[in-house]
Amino acid sequence: MEKKEILVLEELLGSNKKIAAEIRQKLEEKGILTINLLSSPGAGKTTLLEKTAEKLKTDYKMAVIEGDIETERDAERIRAKGIPAWQIITGGACHLEAKMVGKLFPEIPADLDFLFIENVGNLVCPASYDLGENIRCVLLSTPEGDDKPKKYPKAFTTSDCLIITKSDLIPVLPFDLERARKEALEVNPDLKIFLTSAVSGAGINEWIEHLVSALHELRQKNA
Amino acid sequence: MHELSIVASLFEILEEKAREQKAQKIVSVKLKVGALSGVVPEFLKTAFDIYKKDTIASTAELEIEEVPLKVQCQKCGAEITKDDFIFICEKCASRELKTLAGTELLLEKIELEL
Repeated sequence: MEKKEILVLEELLGSNKKIAAEIRQKLEEKGILTINLLSSPGAGKTTLLEKTAEKLKTDYKMAVIEGDIETERDAERIRAKGIPAWQIITGGACHLEAKMVGKLFPEIPADLDFLFIENVGNLVCPASYDLGENIRCVLLSTPEGDDKPKKYPKAFTTSDCLIITKSDLIPVLPFDLERARKEALEVNPDLKIFLTSAVSGAGINEWIEHLVSALHELRQKNA
Repeated sequence: MHELSIVASLFEILEEKAREQKAQKIVSVKLKVGALSGVVPEFLKTAFDIYKKDTIASTAELEIEEVPLKVQCQKCGAEITKDDFIFICEKCASRELKTLAGTELLLEKIELEL
């Protein structure tokens, strides 16, 4: 028996990366800004999208891809706001992969402005998978605690934005906002941080302005 | 726990390489796993052992080289190996650090039996 050693040097997630790059290119060509939302379950991704839809839908067209292990519930909540939504049910998988988004591609209207992808609620696994997004946002809700950036560094180092949600609860929680900000910026100095509350509406306008300016930037790059 | 998905991607590459080389079986597999790859090496090993049954790598050994996070300061040039994930230069406190290693999730080499 002849033995042979071969040097491969291939990234294990190389095929996901390749599909993601194709998705990003196709969406950018259509002038669509794509946002991937990551967080632990219950941090408020769907609620943030509901609030975002209320603000954006008068002037812009948006759609949402929802990722969950089970149920169509999140997509139904988004549709109730008059926004097209597709539900990916992973049937147990803890994250979305680019090929799952790619399968929906033929259904995505070409005249969209924003495509949001709500990942499966999990602060670990989704961080490893590029879905073809332009902006990755990690949400941290105040009841989860201010120590999450250090505990789950990958989700924070690979994100562009940190959205701290449920800010209205800070007065009744042992949540140290400055510690959360400081530690988030230690793991990723480039993070853009938004402090939001879906209840009071605080910070939602800044988030919307950021999205709109990123959309204009993308389209200027295309022009 | 997405290690099983990652092992599934690994086997796609392994099967392709074995076909290309017309190999009878895969004897060993060596991976490089960065500290900031988001993957737990121990779980990767367990997932590999579950997945390999009835494949061309059914008796293969998996070796994992764990790669620490290594950064270079863009201000003072210091190269630092980190055991935390604080992106601040320990020498000059700059936040402009370039990651040199530690995010990889790489199939480095395989040994085949032809």
